[in-house]
Amino acid sequence: MSVVDKDALAPATPAPSPAPAAAISPARRLLLDSRWRWWELLFWVACAASFWVFPKKLMLISEIFILGLLALSIDLVLGFAGLVTLGQGAFFGIGAYAAGLMAKAGMGVAPLSDPLLGLAVAGLAAGAVGFATSFLVLRGSDLTRLMVTLGVALIFEEMVIKFKDITGGSDGLQGVMSSPVLGVWSFDLFGRTAFWYSLILTFLIFLFCRRLVNSNYGLSLLAIKGNPLRARTIGMPVNARLVSIYTIAAAIAGISGGMLTQTTQFVSPDMAAFHRSADALLILIFGGSGFLYGGLVGAVAFRVMQDFLGNITPQYWLFYVGLVLVLLVLFVRGGIIGMLMAASEKLTSRRNDQTGGRP
Amino acid sequence: MLTILFDGVAYGMLLFILAVGLCVTLGLMNFVNLAHGAFAMAGGYLTVVMMNRMGISFWWCLPAAFLFSAALGAILERTLYRRLYDKTHLDQVLFSIGLIFMSMAAVDYAMGASQQIVNLPSYLSGRVEIFGAQVGVYRLFVIAVCGVLAVGLQFIIARTRFGSQLRASVDDGRVARGLGIDVTRIFSLTFAVGSGLAGLGGALGASILSMDPFFPLKYMIYFLIVIAVGGATTITGPFFASLLLGIADVGGKYFVPAIGGFIIYTIMVAVLIFRPEGLFTRRTRR
Amino acid sequence: MLRRQLLLGAASLATGVVAGLAPSAPALAQQQTVKVGFIAAMTGPQASSGRQMLQGIRLYQALNGDTVAGKKIEVIVRDDTGVADQTRRIAQELIVNEKVAFISGFSLTPLALAVAPVITQSKTPAIIMTAGTSIITAQSPYFARVSFTLPQQTMPMAEWAAKNGVKTAVTLVTDYGPGLDSEKAFAEKFTELGGKVLAQLRAPLANPEFAPFLQRAADAKPDAIFLFVPGTQAGPLMRQVVDRGLTKSGVKIIGPGDITEDEQLVSMDDSVLGVLTSHFYSAAHGSDANKRFVAEFRKANNNQRPNFFAVGGWDGMHAIYEALRKTNGETDGDKIMGALRGLEWDSPRGRMSIDPQTRDVVQDVYIRRVERRDGELYNIEFDVVRQVKDPYRK
Repeated sequence: MSVVDKDALAPATPAPSPAPAAAISPARRLLLDSRWRWWELLFWVACAASFWVFPKKLMLISEIFILGLLALSIDLVLGFAGLVTLGQGAFFGIGAYAAGLMAKAGMGVAPLSDPLLGLAVAGLAAGAVGFATSFLVLRGSDLTRLMVTLGVALIFEEMVIKFKDITGGSDGLQGVMSSPVLGVWSFDLFGRTAFWYSLILTFLIFLFCRRLVNSNYGLSLLAIKGNPLRARTIGMPVNARLVSIYTIAAAIAGISGGMLTQTTQFVSPDMAAFHRSADALLILIFGGSGFLYGGLVGAVAFRVMQDFLGNITPQYWLFYVGLVLVLLVLFVRGGIIGMLMAASEKLTSRRNDQTGGRP
Repeated sequence: MLTILFDGVAYGMLLFILAVGLCVTLGLMNFVNLAHGAFAMAGGYLTVVMMNRMGISFWWCLPAAFLFSAALGAILERTLYRRLYDKTHLDQVLFSIGLIFMSMAAVDYAMGASQQIVNLPSYLSGRVEIFGAQVGVYRLFVIAVCGVLAVGLQFIIARTRFGSQLRASVDDGRVARGLGIDVTRIFSLTFAVGSGLAGLGGALGASILSMDPFFPLKYMIYFLIVIAVGGATTITGPFFASLLLGIADVGGKYFVPAIGGFIIYTIMVAVLIFRPEGLFTRRTRR
Repeated sequence: MLRRQLLLGAASLATGVVAGLAPSAPALAQQQTVKVGFIAAMTGPQASSGRQMLQGIRLYQALNGDTVAGKKIEVIVRDDTGVADQTRRIAQELIVNEKVAFISGFSLTPLALAVAPVITQSKTPAIIMTAGTSIITAQSPYFARVSFTLPQQTMPMAEWAAKNGVKTAVTLVTDYGPGLDSEKAFAEKFTELGGKVLAQLRAPLANPEFAPFLQRAADAKPDAIFLFVPGTQAGPLMRQVVDRGLTKSGVKIIGPGDITEDEQLVSMDDSVLGVLTSHFYSAAHGSDANKRFVAEFRKANNNQRPNFFAVGGWDGMHAIYEALRKTNGETDGDKIMGALRGLEWDSPRGRMSIDPQTRDVVQDVYIRRVERRDGELYNIEFDVVRQVKDPYRK
């Protein structure tokens, strides 16, 4: 199996030495250490491999990448800067409509309908609105932030329905056609182009985020999350940092919205709806916030579970999803990633015990 | 004109009765219980079953709804909620959303997906004229119940021994325990009361809003808006916030229908920008 | 090393779970089975429409067998939770993976619109069983509708009102596609016949409180108030109409049949007596076909009353069966559409057909009044406009 080869080829996985591990939690260590871990490679290889393993589920998988990317954008503000937000759906929607309007204006012909250009516009539009509204989240408690972001998102949702001439109102935007990606690959019925398009873009944006949180900038965010007051005292531009990360996250959410528009070829108001924000936040917590992978892993787990249960019992699948959520919270800390971490830590420490504490 | 003001007050009181239980659990116990709407739904459906299927009088339904949801709350507190008091807010959100999903599917299974309508006794459904304005009798009744509740709850929390024990337990559980306060029991009781109030709200709201399995999510935003605008640390805060929101929403939709949908959200955002902790806040360390 | 194995184990476990999802290819009897994809909201706020449609479908299959033209008809049920991009993805999956010959269902207009590019590209006939905005069938040549369109339901009401002493009216609709469709259709017809629309009010889609709108409507002192909200809000709306004393004040409450939809009408009380609606289906429709349909439906579903969603599911299934009968079991998209065009039959609702040009439904629209019969509230039909087409789709 290729996975094993990968593993063998990646000897850069030194077992963590126990002494410093005591001082700093393994999760933080992972982040501070920007080297690629073998399981990260494994994750992305598995993502790519799913193209051949599940050829019938390509649409679902690309939707999962897009949802995961949205959750990742929340992780940037929540997991790394400590800002709770329920308004990311608005940026997702702005991106979706921006990309949709672009594609529609171009009538399926490049340059206007070019998907990458559409994404750029989607990201810029959402980023601009994110920047403009970022000042609202600088004050107050978690609940305040939650409600302010939610309020902004709800106002946006109302606007989508109100400005029918532009958005198509509650019927959504019809006639959205993107030109082929790079002029070569058009979006097909089997979802092949959509798969690679969303996978590659998600991966590239992920790389950017990974780079970002491992930089000094990312560390300063963590410091702000840990103790804003202290961060301010040592001269850190706290507000500027928060505004910038919020803007970046909004742009990423916008890009993911644009991707959904392009891969599904239409826009409807529920792309900007409240449940989009709520789902993404839920998925992030489900996967585990603050690890960068939480959103993606959560999206995979949640959607696969939903699809699986929904096919068995289209009417009552919600019950079992709810049960899983409840059990997860009761018995696990930090979502799915937290669970995996805890398990691996336990095993590591047990192994260390057996080997007399030597690595 | 006066009628609109009255309708606004009535709508505000409806919001209040639905949100006041959440104010108890979130504000007093600092637990983000989004599943609040599920308890309201329990009370609402109990009313539907008792009135429509068994033909029991509406007057019995109200206390029954309170007790039923309170009992449900007490059981869940004992078995599940208690384990989550010291977890993060995000975990609590995930947990209570999970509970919402389960409750929605369960109600759907038991009662079906369609809307359930509660028909009021005729002496509650008419209209009377007060100060020249036509007002609905039932809405008047809701306002009265809410007024009594608000005063009563505020009195209990601020003036009674139980109230001070509760506040002590919330502010510092360890010290309270040290002083001989049975914190566990107080929390159980408070949670049960909060859930019971939700059930009562569901029962009172059922005839205006009607019940369907989607209820807990449909109205969740409204509960949260009331709590956010009013601040969750008092009972009077959400009370006045509900009034404000109700009057503004109804008035706005009446006078400028074109932007009616924006009003309630805009008020919330505006209030939170200028008063991030809500309009009426008891300043505490939290 | 252990840790590595553990993570690998977890990963392969996850893969195993995912693998279970891939639908096992039903290789045998492929030729003998025609698959029909049914996509509707089975959970969420629109769930009741999905349920009734599915009950209609199941009943049709129970009474008419599951085989037609030598083919076994298999219905695959999927929940889209009322979210358009889910509808679109599920449609795509059903077409590509399950090779369904038909897509059906659609609780809301945007859900149907979302699949238009997919069915056009794949030439898969899609039967609309609920969604009611006019424009849908124009978006793809593979749409056929067996439900209704709002202008089709509304105009007869406007006509009846104008001819029966209603001089002035206020319209109150929900601010979304179908609502605007019916607002427009009512105003056009009503003014054309000499009536006057005093005000056109629109309530937001997310709106639990109708008081300000109803008060405004009442303030205008019209002869009639025309109401349209989605079926799921009909209960609360009518409750508030009654509480406001509007039914007793002499103002006529009129609208398309969604506001006194059969399933909810059962649990309303006498205060809605006399509400006038125009609609294509009432469970009290007097034909033998309908009596049988209602009786069988009640028997199969715990004495629940069928409503227009259920009859949409039933007729959708009938159209599929008849089309297959005509093509002799062939499922080529164009041939099926050819068979559907002009198809005419006796439904529980009365005589109906699919327009050969627009592929939209043509049917009788009845004027009904809420009355109590056999101890239950029903929409009792007392006038009819024969074979109405959607006025906007030519």
